[in-house]
Amino acid sequence: MNWHEYVAQTGQVPKWPYELGYDKETVISCDVLVVGGGVAGCRAAIAARQGGASVVVMDRGFSKRSGEGGAGVDHWHGAVTNPCSKVTPRMYSEAAMDTTDGFTNGLARYIIGKEGYDTLLEVEKMGVQIRDEDDEFKGSIFRDDETKLMFAYDIENKHCLRIYGYDIKPCVDREMRRLGAKVLDRTCVTSLLTEGGRQGARVIGATGVNDRTGEFVVVKAKAVVISAGRTNRLWGFAPELTESQSMCNLNQTALGNTIGWRAGAEFIGMEMSGRAVLSGLGYAPYSTGNNNNTYQGAPTVDRNGKDVYYANAYGKLLYDEADIFKASDEGSFIIGHGIGLDNGYKPQYRITTTDPELWKKVMAGEYQQPFYNDMTKLPATSRRMIFGLMLAHEGKCRVPIYKNFTQWGFDPDKDMLQYPVQDYSRFPIDTSWCGPENTPANWRGGGGGYLVDWRLQTSLPGLFAAGCGPIFGHGCHGESHTSGRYSGRQAALYAGQNDAVEPDAEQIRRERERCYAPIRTNGDVGWKELNYAIAKIMQDYCGDYKTEHTLDMGIRRMNDLFETEGQRMYASNPHELVRVIESLSLCELGIAYMEAAKARRGSVKGLGFFRNDYPEYDEAQKKHIPISLKDGKVHTRDLSLYYHLEAPYSSDLEENYQRYSQA
Amino acid sequence: MVAYSHPSQSGPCRILSFDKNKCVGCNSCVNVCPSDVMMPNPVRGGEPIVVFAEECWYCGGCVEECPRDALTLVTPAKQRLSTVWLRKDTGEEFRVGMRNPPPPNLTPPSGNR
Amino acid sequence: MLTMKKFALPNQSGPCRVLSFDDKCVGCNKCVNVCPMDVMIPNPEKGEEPIVVFTEECWFCGGCVQECPVGALTLVAPAKQRISTIWKRKETGEEFRVGMTNPLPPVTTPPSGNRK
Repeated sequence: MNWHEYVAQTGQVPKWPYELGYDKETVISCDVLVVGGGVAGCRAAIAARQGGASVVVMDRGFSKRSGEGGAGVDHWHGAVTNPCSKVTPRMYSEAAMDTTDGFTNGLARYIIGKEGYDTLLEVEKMGVQIRDEDDEFKGSIFRDDETKLMFAYDIENKHCLRIYGYDIKPCVDREMRRLGAKVLDRTCVTSLLTEGGRQGARVIGATGVNDRTGEFVVVKAKAVVISAGRTNRLWGFAPELTESQSMCNLNQTALGNTIGWRAGAEFIGMEMSGRAVLSGLGYAPYSTGNNNNTYQGAPTVDRNGKDVYYANAYGKLLYDEADIFKASDEGSFIIGHGIGLDNGYKPQYRITTTDPELWKKVMAGEYQQPFYNDMTKLPATSRRMIFGLMLAHEGKCRVPIYKNFTQWGFDPDKDMLQYPVQDYSRFPIDTSWCGPENTPANWRGGGGGYLVDWRLQTSLPGLFAAGCGPIFGHGCHGESHTSGRYSGRQAALYAGQNDAVEPDAEQIRRERERCYAPIRTNGDVGWKELNYAIAKIMQDYCGDYKTEHTLDMGIRRMNDLFETEGQRMYASNPHELVRVIESLSLCELGIAYMEAAKARRGSVKGLGFFRNDYPEYDEAQKKHIPISLKDGKVHTRDLSLYYHLEAPYSSDLEENYQRYSQA
Repeated sequence: MVAYSHPSQSGPCRILSFDKNKCVGCNSCVNVCPSDVMMPNPVRGGEPIVVFAEECWYCGGCVEECPRDALTLVTPAKQRLSTVWLRKDTGEEFRVGMRNPPPPNLTPPSGNR
Repeated sequence: MLTMKKFALPNQSGPCRVLSFDDKCVGCNKCVNVCPMDVMIPNPEKGEEPIVVFTEECWFCGGCVQECPVGALTLVAPAKQRISTIWKRKETGEEFRVGMTNPLPPVTTPPSGNRK
């Protein structure tokens, strides 16, 4: 029943159904607090419990289905130690560093390479199907008949696995609860507590607000894992936004990063921002014809049934299904997509894509729109693998695509799914539902994250990071399980070696005051209106055109918005109160992004970073510029892109892993 | 304290502000609005209620129509933020909606009606 | 329904119906509780279907549909997307879409995999 229908039928606006607790404060103590109960957070909690720690998980949603990975997954990256793989952890980490000119996370990619497959095997024990147990795909070129594992992207190197992950989140959630982690559902984190209330000190807990009751919660902990979401709603927001069109959801405001920024942690890669290649506002992900990612390998035809071919990285057309899943260079491997290597792959690591000359051929009249995804041309097993396995298990696809489409009679054995009619030359990497012309300024922001060491500990003692949002250059779904598991293990070790510290009462009091201001001030600005204004500032001042002067203006503008409209917010119930808290935090995060863009006085290709006042690509910019707040002032320094292989670390990946991974 | 469950507003939350000391609830603004975004207050003499805030197209007809000069049009935050000017001789920056704004510029429009 | 009372309600900001509940709903509120966005609230009337309040915050993950123990829920994609989800039956050349009148019979092939 819609709210409007209820009101129309009863003549009453429904009262808020949950008991209000704006004046309540709950205090809990534990060894390890996990902030964010997505797949990374659940895995961190499980690992910390296995390490003997008492664990509290603060989740913005409801942990059974929450987080970006809560809606499923169809393939697992970085399973490089599976028995069929020809890729090693070293090759995996080095390729990622090579293809980005060093602007990714060499140590996280190595950890993922070392532990990714083991992490998947644990998921299998928790009840997730990862093999073709029923021999449905027997004989397929994508399957190993002995292990029954199935491969995506690269059928020669076999390091990326297709899995039946639709119910992966309920499975890890069940395991987390079985092991006795205490879960605070519907609780939005609002701040980190630090020793003595000081910026830059050890992290000893966090505060949160419940979005149903409005209660305030204080969690004291010996160690904290941040496993919250990525940055959504900062560059791209419209009040009428339909989240069906996004791969991120509204809960993903990177609050886990903002609270660390406020607490004084160092961040890297924050200056990464630019045009988005994620789905825009036009089409639901995977809902129209396309041949990329989950649809990789699906044939394309034009209106008259004329074949469109795949091409390798050098434009050579491929006519055989098997060739679509092979690297373009002998001896190399396809890394795979959607894992945060957004600024282009070197040819040897690239996936195969649609004929790059297609648009020219359309303009010359050789092809006519619309195009169709014609899976009837595939062998039955390949077709079933795309639609019955991948589309039925990928995040946000089981119900909106598989169930919905089939309910309405779509049959991949008979039907061809139509591509949108649009300027094909503007399709990034064939993801048709991404056409930028369908999107009001849709931005990729938030590539950056906490600077982490070989323990995945941040620059603040006792604060660990896990998952896509908190860790710069990290990866996708499977990687989040792996970094979560690693980080939870490390946090439990830390908690075993460090005593609890009582938080500063004044820090807690001030935070409470801040959080509840919107219900006291009774202002006239709602969260959506503020959020829209924030996005406008980011688009205008931290978009394609960046100079010292305009970035300064953007920072001034954001401060002004925060101090003016931001102090006139209203919230008529706890749900809105939490949305207001999130939106206000985006002001702070936006400033952090603009400060980071300001701190990099030069353009650099690997990071996809361009400054109009320094238009030449600059070799000297091949470095990290960690940024943090110290006594409320912005502080930056230079750091090697290969810091994970320099003093105090060994120059060897494996040696570092051996030294830090277990102790 | 009481909370109500109603949907979030979809656009700007306040498009008009009424000066309570001047408004007598004559509803001239309600009647002139081309988009009919307001309704009369059920209480006689009370200021009108803006129901469809996001439908306002900011024509200002209501402000013009008010016989007691009780109305101010409020542009959305996104636009207040992008309405920025620089005072040439001092280098100061101003915007619509700022705190401590400069004094109003009282120059009337050109024309003699 | 001319006799229905009229109310002054604000416009909805996005899709107006993201979920439809059928007669099987017993008001158990499992969907309310699993939703990561908390878009529904329980019906004040015990045993009645939940109320969708924050419609436009739905991100269409389908968790509620999976969670429903009696199969009472259908996820409804926004009209803009229903109209852009188009396929062509190769043999006959007919075009179909999600949400059409006189739709095809459902295809009953279950997803691949052997967990429920």
